Amino acid sequence: MYQYIARRLILTIPVVLGVSIIVFAIIRMLPGDPARAMAGPQASPQYIESVRARYGLDQPIPVQYVTFMSRAVQGDLGVSVFSRRPVMTEIGERFPRTLLLASVSLLLATAIGVPAGIISATRRNSLFDNASMIAALVGVAAPVFWLALMLQLLFAVQLGWFPSSGIGTPAHLVLPSVTLGAASAGLFARITRSSMLEVLREDYVTTARAKGLAENVVVYKHALKSAMIPVVTVLGLQFGILLGGAVLTETVFAWPGIGRLLVDSILRRDYPVVQATVMMLAFLFVIINLVVDIAYAFLDPRIQYQGGQSE
Amino acid sequence: MGTVEQVETSEGIVVRSRRELWWERLRHWFRNSEWSQVARHLLRNRGALIGLVIIGTFVLAAVFAPYLATHNPLETSLTTRLMGPGSEHWLGSDELGRDLFSRMLYGGRISLNIGLISVLIGVAIGVPVGAVSGYYGGKLDIITQRFIDIMIAFPGILLAIVVVTVLGVGVQNVMIAVGIASVPIYARLVRGSVLSVKEQSYVKAARAAGISDFAIIFRHVLPNCLAPIIVQSTFQIATAILWAAGLSFLGLGAQAPMPEWGRILSQGRGYMRMAPHLTTFPGLAILLMVLGFNLLGDGLRDALDPKSRGR
Repeated sequence: MYQYIARRLILTIPVVLGVSIIVFAIIRMLPGDPARAMAGPQASPQYIESVRARYGLDQPIPVQYVTFMSRAVQGDLGVSVFSRRPVMTEIGERFPRTLLLASVSLLLATAIGVPAGIISATRRNSLFDNASMIAALVGVAAPVFWLALMLQLLFAVQLGWFPSSGIGTPAHLVLPSVTLGAASAGLFARITRSSMLEVLREDYVTTARAKGLAENVVVYKHALKSAMIPVVTVLGLQFGILLGGAVLTETVFAWPGIGRLLVDSILRRDYPVVQATVMMLAFLFVIINLVVDIAYAFLDPRIQYQGGQSE
Repeated sequence: MGTVEQVETSEGIVVRSRRELWWERLRHWFRNSEWSQVARHLLRNRGALIGLVIIGTFVLAAVFAPYLATHNPLETSLTTRLMGPGSEHWLGSDELGRDLFSRMLYGGRISLNIGLISVLIGVAIGVPVGAVSGYYGGKLDIITQRFIDIMIAFPGILLAIVVVTVLGVGVQNVMIAVGIASVPIYARLVRGSVLSVKEQSYVKAARAAGISDFAIIFRHVLPNCLAPIIVQSTFQIATAILWAAGLSFLGLGAQAPMPEWGRILSQGRGYMRMAPHLTTFPGLAILLMVLGFNLLGDGLRDALDPKSRGR
């Protein structure tokens, strides 16, 4: 087990390095002179040259990358061209907000999707089953930005129950997290249902029933644990997708998180921020997947992680 | 002779015309071929049937858009700005007096194109990469897999956003970006299928017969990996449509005056209180189209899985 965890940790290093190299290279490939952009539109050629020298932009790209990385591990991600503030400060301010939004959405999606899936499976073809599966299909297919606007129109503009945008109170969190979590809730409901149906056909469930155990005990004590394994697998993946989806949700609800920062920075050509934000989101996703894989190793007794043949 | 043939059946030797024989063969093929079984299974699936009807309607609407459109989708008219749905403008008009129904008909063309072309791009790159990686194994496989690990580290729509940042905004670049973002999915999928197919005896026999690796991969291995590719592609079309609309909504995709659904939606945002139809209808159209492909994908997955066919 510990061998597996160690191996999994070591495998993460090339991915993290690869992501940083690719993002760095991509940003360098973009049209436009970064020194000119940093110096501002009215800068003299001498000043542009001094900026170029100061930020090491006259160095070969591999050298620039090494400089960037050695500064990055010390917490220096450069300066935003737009706000002139350190990128680390910008991200540090906004990152927790995105994390909060994505976490609440994931919690909400789990709290709605998983019970709905269980009830659907136990009452197969009932009205509840049909209704929740239709809702799940619609939830998965609805464009997140459209759902955001519709909820805004109904609950903020028409009914006035929740604020339409911005941050501050817990009420501000309701519409964005419902929007962002809807697709995941639908997915969780569908996966839980099909996995539960599968497990309920297993022999040990029949045995449990034959022993005369109450149906509730059979479902919640015996079947649920193994039915949850596929759900746990997609949980981590969904968290990453929520971080990506946050880009759209944050734009509609004026939620000043990292996704909004990314889109604004792309449109402003503020490349130091784009670079840092993309890397940050990718690293976070890598870490989440690592945690899920390790959690999975503890959860699923059927899988043996010996001898390094586990992939 | 020529038009008749003697055929031995259970009723003895019967003389049949060539035409009769041809029909019989066709009937036999329809009844027994793998694909006809899949088709029959698919048509018995209520969800898949609904999906097919939805997709069919959108395809017909897109093909006959010039005949169905009540107005020129790009023609502005200052006297009919922001009109609600009615007899003159079936789905209302936008802030420049353009007819929403006609714009959405042409928008359907764009969305279907984006879905199909980006999936073709993803398949064209991802399938050969996955096939070669799985077939040859070794160092090539390790390098490819690590590279795919890096691509997968960008969660959800983020990879498409990164690619579109490099290529610049516009519908064509969105197709390429979404296509590239789906490459790792196909590469992983096909590699897995190839790994399981390549140890089959017919592949070993082909290799022993001296058939080139290229021919083995494309003639003998890939056709047997077709089912998962088809299922994935159906879902992937839905994802591509959603992502492309999202990119356009963020201002990174289709540009004005193109009647792309995501673009119409984001432009309609500014008039949400006065003219909610501008955001409601394009969003519903995206939802329906995505739902259609998802339903078809679900149906195909069941129909192509021999285990679930008997149920």
